[in-house]
Amino acid sequence: MKNRLKVLRAERDWTQAQLASALDVSRQTINAIEKGKFDPSLPLAFKTARLFNMTIEEIFQDDVSD
Amino acid sequence: MTKPEQSITNEYKDRNCKNTRNLRSWTIAWVVSMAVAAFAPKYIWDFHTLLTIIAVVLSLAIGFGMLLANRVYLRGLDEMQQRIMFDAMGLSLGVGLVVGLSYELLEDIKLISFQPEIAHLVVIMCLTYLGGVIAGHRKYQ
Repeated sequence: MKNRLKVLRAERDWTQAQLASALDVSRQTINAIEKGKFDPSLPLAFKTARLFNMTIEEIFQDDVSD
Repeated sequence: MTKPEQSITNEYKDRNCKNTRNLRSWTIAWVVSMAVAAFAPKYIWDFHTLLTIIAVVLSLAIGFGMLLANRVYLRGLDEMQQRIMFDAMGLSLGVGLVVGLSYELLEDIKLISFQPEIAHLVVIMCLTYLGGVIAGHRKYQ
């Protein structure tokens, strides 16, 4: 799964630690999500979307091509 | 949009540190209680039955306390950390089962001359768990 988390975070000038605090997860988890090594659960994806005032689809995209 | 305040909302890290300290205290207490139950009957109170029973029951009680502290610790982790722990525990359980049974078999079929000890299995499971946790962290790095 691809995501725009790093770009969205950079646009707001947030550090990984600040985003991790806002989402109540570890900084390592944010790093793994940004690198596409870990896919967040649906509740965490919703929480992320709420934080950025966006929809889940605007942040996370399925990288399987149809 | 407001910037997340790192100093105010660093709740995850604080909670995790608190749970880790709590688990460490329970683990130390359990190890000490195990040592007392194992060695005190022989070296301190000459196998006094009542004192020995108290030491064993106390060790069991502290052991359950440690299990509850471990439960709190695991539930306090975020989903990726929980996944790492879950994978490491699965690996440790699998290796413990396979190696433990094979190890026990070695004595039955006379390939080793000494009696297999449960402590050896515990050490293997601990090392496997540790290796699993390290591998998990490297995987998501």
